[in-house]
Amino acid sequence: MKIPEAAVERLFFLAALFCASLALFILVFMLVLGRPLLTGDFLPRLLTEPWLPDRGLYGILPMLVGTVSIALLALLLALPMSLGCAVLISVIRPPRFGPLLERVVEFLTGMPTVVIGFVGVFLLVPLLRENLDAGSGRCILAAAIGLAGLIAPTLILFFSDAFARVPAGWRQAAAALGCSRSQIFFRIILPHSLRGLASGVVLALGRAVGDTLIALMLAGNAVAVPHSVLSPARTLTAHIAMLFAADFESLEFKIIFACGLLLYLVSLLLTLLIRGLERRGRCRI
Amino acid sequence: MPDLKIRDGGTLGLTLFAWLSAFTLLGLVAVVLGFLLLKGWPALQPGLLFGDTPPLQALLLRRPVFDGLFPALVGTLALVLLAMAIAIPPGLAAGIYMAEYCRGRTKRLLGLLFDILAGIPSIVIGLFGLSLTIFLHRHLFPGLFPCLLISALSLACLVLPYLIRTTQAALEEIPLRIRLGGAALGASRLQNIFLVLLPQALKGIGSGILLATGRCAEDTAVIMLTGVVASAGIPNSLFGNYEALPFYIFYISSQYADRTELQRGYGAALILLLLCALLFLASRVVRRRLTRKFLYHH
Repeated sequence: MKIPEAAVERLFFLAALFCASLALFILVFMLVLGRPLLTGDFLPRLLTEPWLPDRGLYGILPMLVGTVSIALLALLLALPMSLGCAVLISVIRPPRFGPLLERVVEFLTGMPTVVIGFVGVFLLVPLLRENLDAGSGRCILAAAIGLAGLIAPTLILFFSDAFARVPAGWRQAAAALGCSRSQIFFRIILPHSLRGLASGVVLALGRAVGDTLIALMLAGNAVAVPHSVLSPARTLTAHIAMLFAADFESLEFKIIFACGLLLYLVSLLLTLLIRGLERRGRCRI
Repeated sequence: MPDLKIRDGGTLGLTLFAWLSAFTLLGLVAVVLGFLLLKGWPALQPGLLFGDTPPLQALLLRRPVFDGLFPALVGTLALVLLAMAIAIPPGLAAGIYMAEYCRGRTKRLLGLLFDILAGIPSIVIGLFGLSLTIFLHRHLFPGLFPCLLISALSLACLVLPYLIRTTQAALEEIPLRIRLGGAALGASRLQNIFLVLLPQALKGIGSGILLATGRCAEDTAVIMLTGVVASAGIPNSLFGNYEALPFYIFYISSQYADRTELQRGYGAALILLLLCALLFLASRVVRRRLTRKFLYHH
């Protein structure tokens, strides 16, 4: 039987084109549906006003502050432990324990976020409520701890890959010159894996900003601008998820698309940043 | 690195810090898993799935299950199978195109768009599914509401980029000698792809599919905007509402009425975790060294 080569190739091409166009299609949808809000005089109000629909104020400033503070705090919490684990996996390399730790971390990347949120609600939140002055216990800190658990595996895998990519010859040369392990790490491995570390941080930040369930379950979802890590907050993603407006013409509903557009643009920016980091890294080597 | 004899304060500090980090991580994991097991274990019995309905009657769909996880489990299975059935054909085709046909500028542009698609937060994809439904409802199909099919389509969007990238990577890492072998024997390009390259890449593609399946099973943000509900029974139509395990877990965490419901929530969390662990192990077995890059992109 003769296979129609050209036709099949065309089919493959159309499939690729279709999948790629989805990325643009989603952007266009958000732009069109959120368009009424993107005019010159509404945009600044959208980004700076509080969310008080009863008084005609539809700003998303509280959600912006909530998203940024939860994501950054999560990163801050996850970073030291992730670096330590990556050093153990790729630099110290204990023969049995290293690969074991690596397997566990790989498994953790597939941990369902809703399960992390669930454990957070029934283990972490009561703990914070009883030991800190955190109101109901649902607060920025709770969400950030949960999110740190979500992004730590990603960070560890990225960091240990970045460390492992530093050529073994360089380490051996340094060792032959009499460098100690910490000297090798701080003078050879760390400076040459900064770019890999940076792209890991950017990717983890993207996951932290884009995650919905953990913040929705643990942050308390208050719409006031938070003033401390123990006050409740709402993220942009949670704001979309809490959409219960039945009226699709309402301003509340259109604001949802502005939030969606903002999240899209942030993830786009982070994706471009990672690609830039990886490409320039490749040119160097 | 050979074992170094030089010991200084820095090395000691670094080593201590690394081991401390590792044990903190493992300790936290143990606490989380232990907590779930301790609380969820008593719930793991036939009643968890079927409630008061006789299991056989429920499995044969003769009688509905009201106070068990069975409908949510069936809903998740239906959702995952449907989403993967929708995503696999275009995902594999696009992956083959990227690896075997696409070159130069086009390849860079398509690759960029797939990366962008992979980075979009799942709630935004859910919002896209919802707005698409509203659009179709208004202009083409007045009877269309958020439903199983819309959720599956949205989830397919979510996992398409992983399928494409794993397929592409599995094909691209095939050694040149194998690639040339088929061609040297006179195989056409397409024959080479289907008879030589795809069988070689099957492990990589299979593990990618299993990882994507796990992603579909655990995602909650997409489905909560596109038709999942807390109580719908066994899904009986593509255009109806349905239940799903991850949404059930979320729902119970905020709406549980009594201890029994909470128990069922722990049971559901444990089952979902086991399901994802199983899919992860399967993907490891299918491919012993899977390309780790695809674990990062969630």
